[in-house]
Amino acid sequence: MAHITIQNVRKSYAKTEVVHGVSLEVQSGEFVVILGPSGCGKSTLLRMIAGLESITGGEISIAGKVVNDLEPHERGCAMVFQNYALYPHMTVGDNIGYGLKVAGLPRAERMAKVAAVAASVGLTEFIDRRPGQLSGGQRQRVAMARAIVREPAVFLFDEPLSNLDAKLRVQMRHEIRRIHNQIAATSVFVTHDQAEGMTLADRLVVMNKGVIEQVGTPEEIYHAPASVYVGGFIGSPAMNFMGGMVAPKQACIALENGNRIAIPPALAAAHVGRLVQIGLRPEALSLVPAGTGAFDATFDFVEELGPARLYHFRFEDLTIAVLSAEKPPVQVGQTMGLKIAPEAVHLFAADTGKRLDAPALVQEKALA
Amino acid sequence: MIERTPLLNIVTHLILLSGLIMMLFPMYLVFVAASLDLKQVSAIPPHLFPGDQLWVNMETAWTKAKFGEKFLNTFIVAFGVVVGKITLACITAFGIVFFNHRLRMPIFWCVFITLMLPLEVRIVPTYAVAANALQPFQVLMDVTGLTWLIGMVSGVEVALEWNLLNSYTGLIMPLVATATGTFLYRQFFLTIPDELVEASKMDGAGPVRFLWEILVPLSATNIAALATIMFVYSWNQYLWPLLVVTDQSYGMVAVELGRLVPKISATGGEVAKWNIAMAGTLIVMIPPILVVIFMQRWFVRGLINTDK
Repeated sequence: MAHITIQNVRKSYAKTEVVHGVSLEVQSGEFVVILGPSGCGKSTLLRMIAGLESITGGEISIAGKVVNDLEPHERGCAMVFQNYALYPHMTVGDNIGYGLKVAGLPRAERMAKVAAVAASVGLTEFIDRRPGQLSGGQRQRVAMARAIVREPAVFLFDEPLSNLDAKLRVQMRHEIRRIHNQIAATSVFVTHDQAEGMTLADRLVVMNKGVIEQVGTPEEIYHAPASVYVGGFIGSPAMNFMGGMVAPKQACIALENGNRIAIPPALAAAHVGRLVQIGLRPEALSLVPAGTGAFDATFDFVEELGPARLYHFRFEDLTIAVLSAEKPPVQVGQTMGLKIAPEAVHLFAADTGKRLDAPALVQEKALA
Repeated sequence: MIERTPLLNIVTHLILLSGLIMMLFPMYLVFVAASLDLKQVSAIPPHLFPGDQLWVNMETAWTKAKFGEKFLNTFIVAFGVVVGKITLACITAFGIVFFNHRLRMPIFWCVFITLMLPLEVRIVPTYAVAANALQPFQVLMDVTGLTWLIGMVSGVEVALEWNLLNSYTGLIMPLVATATGTFLYRQFFLTIPDELVEASKMDGAGPVRFLWEILVPLSATNIAALATIMFVYSWNQYLWPLLVVTDQSYGMVAVELGRLVPKISATGGEVAKWNIAMAGTLIVMIPPILVVIFMQRWFVRGLINTDK
């Protein structure tokens, strides 16, 4: 059990800086997921926590102790790698117990611990096999067991599920969460898969281009994305964006073609005349007869998802996706009205891409 | 793309077969000559079918060349060279691949360049060093004035000498360095995924432990392949033992085999006993053949690296 404090951490390779001053607090026993596209510096950050990369600037401390200059094994972290990184010449049992062997634990004690952990992840019958004889999911379990057996203060996961097929990935996701609930060790999990991030995290950290864009619970991030980037990255199907201006005197956004989208009056009053990007979640939009919604759009094609359908519309030169569980029939080329509740409109500044909130809302948040 | 047509199959097999015959026919001639008596082996045209003297000839060759002693010597030297080469190559490649330091590429290129320098090229300086292994240090001390200084201070004249001639050390040491082996190991080490190195770091294994408990077991097939090649190589050493050994109790088989073939000038016109020489050849061939046969499976796996 340990909390991790990351203060203004930077990482450069030669002259290129890839992590630009990241600060983050991970509470003891918390499950934090770092989410971002490839190349955003999330793995580098994780590897700096683990001690596999040197820290160019800033400070990382684990359980109150600065670990910048400690060797990986002195930091009390265990890591699960994307390609499992099992020792091919050792049996499953030896793989799990290798860290304990290095630490000098007597054989009998070691075997007992290995057996217990192997049982807890359902590997008992494979304990004498080599990694080469196991399936992907089983190898992943061995990698997990190898981390668990050392009883680390901190678990680090570097995209551990990326090499598994879709079904197994969901299954292992559940298993990871269940193991976390059991042993409640501080966990940092890096992934580019937002479904993994949303479902696993106590708190989600969205990274982009070497900086943290937003930190919050998955719900906070979904309902109040801090920037255009986060809005577009989180949520599936992805958020629709269009440009406009906050109209003076009316609680609405004026789109370029003269259509208007209503927003809460307090929000409009705070940003009158401002050029904005508006974000509309496909699931917040609903289909109404032409002329009765906020604006009209031309139907393009539909994706059947089972419980709902994803309708794709053309509006000016944009494509707008609408998720509808009612599945109304629409003809190709037909014009439909799209409606949205004022509270469901996300507003971002057109120049900075940052979220715009009504002052009252900001205050409320500050109080909470 | 692999084409499979009957005609192509026949042609390729014919080529392989003719190659095989070309390789094996001289061996067959050795065998035939070794089984004839002196009169038959000198006959023209030569006999192409074996006679009944094989065992007698082999016995004569064994006692005449004192092969018992020479076999033991050669085994000791070959074993020393193989172990030395594998250890040295493994450690060198380990240093080049897994440690990030400024000298790693220069060192690698130095090793790589020596691939082009066989023992024969450096045999004279190597002999000089073998005659006194400490001479390079002596020269260094002379040049830097250290000899003079020590002489002035303590009154002792420094004259380092460590003679390696006529010893197993002298036979083994100059053959131990191996660019081929280092290169083979380097190529293998480069295929080890970074995560494996990192996983062992997370497990707390230091470099020595990583080398001994992870890399060495993983490179078992490599070791087998290298050991096979190097055993045959050192078993067949001729020039170096010929130079460095004057005391015949340190003689090696290949050199002794040369002595079995009488020089016309030395024997005063005595007829060369080719049947005895060929019987000796047969005897000397046996250990390398056995090693290759036993190690063949590992050998192939080690060279094509599919065991992963």
